[in-house]
Amino acid sequence: MRWMAMALLGLWVVTVQANVEALQFDTPQMEQRYRHLINELRCLVCQNQNLADSNAELAQDLRRKTYEMIAAGKSDEEIIDYMVARYGDFVLYRPPVKGSTALLWFGPFLIFIVAFVLLLRILRRRGKQADVVLSEQEREQARRLLDDNDEDMKR
Amino acid sequence: MNRYMWPLAIFLVLSGLLYVGLGLNPREVPSPLVGKPAPAFTLPNLHEAGKSVSPADFKGQVWLLNVWASWCTSCRAEHQVIVEMVRQHAVPVVGLNYKDEERDAQYWLKRFGDPYVASAVDAEGQAGIDWGVYGVPETFVIDRKGMIRYKHIGPLTTESVQTKILPLLKQLEGETA
Repeated sequence: MRWMAMALLGLWVVTVQANVEALQFDTPQMEQRYRHLINELRCLVCQNQNLADSNAELAQDLRRKTYEMIAAGKSDEEIIDYMVARYGDFVLYRPPVKGSTALLWFGPFLIFIVAFVLLLRILRRRGKQADVVLSEQEREQARRLLDDNDEDMKR
Repeated sequence: MNRYMWPLAIFLVLSGLLYVGLGLNPREVPSPLVGKPAPAFTLPNLHEAGKSVSPADFKGQVWLLNVWASWCTSCRAEHQVIVEMVRQHAVPVVGLNYKDEERDAQYWLKRFGDPYVASAVDAEGQAGIDWGVYGVPETFVIDRKGMIRYKHIGPLTTESVQTKILPLLKQLEGETA
């Protein structure tokens, strides 16, 4: 029995470790804000991971920093400003809308509009093209070719 | 004519974008601190217990801040470059010993040479966060007014010192405080 308890305790410790550090929050809202922020902030060292996902040492430090700032009563905005002042927009998983990111935000819509206009034009041009009318001679030729083909198949 | 020009045009545009895009290093995060005042810190001196090191000590000079650690392998190659640079050009380089053990750091400097005018101990990495350090080594160039003018990410090489750091230092030394 005691052995079982020890094993369970060990397992619990492992799962807690694998998760983000066990932290004490004064209110559930604080914890929620913390989880939200570390999901929104990007890990600098690792490509394409947020602070919550990463176990890099800097990510741990920045998680701790986020925790400390929440505990000190800072607002989400203040925390994000703090990070951006040091690491730039790179730390944000949602880059702010501004001049240098305009292409990033609106480029896809632009491409979509261009593609849509092109598609419309192509479709309209196709619609204008009348069905090809074959002359009697051409029909005869086509028929002969098709018959030929049938005989080839029979052989 | 038009029909064949379109795919060609799209191909050329895509090639251009990919050529530029794939040439960028995604690990290089541009620092928002370039052009801003160097963040302050007051940290213990690695060599003299009880004394501290602060960027304010170097106001009026053009100086470098080199972030390093004894656990950082690429710092070792870089270190020889810095030792050589300081020997030849007498540049004031401040070492920021980042998240390291003091004894390891002291031993490291004894063994590989100490090019630093001062070595600050940033055991907790707080100064590192303030300076936007995300990987060691990193090197900052600070002008006479205490502004960060350049950030080099990754180890300095003889080439980057020759082509980037030294010309910049020369330019900054010409500026008045």
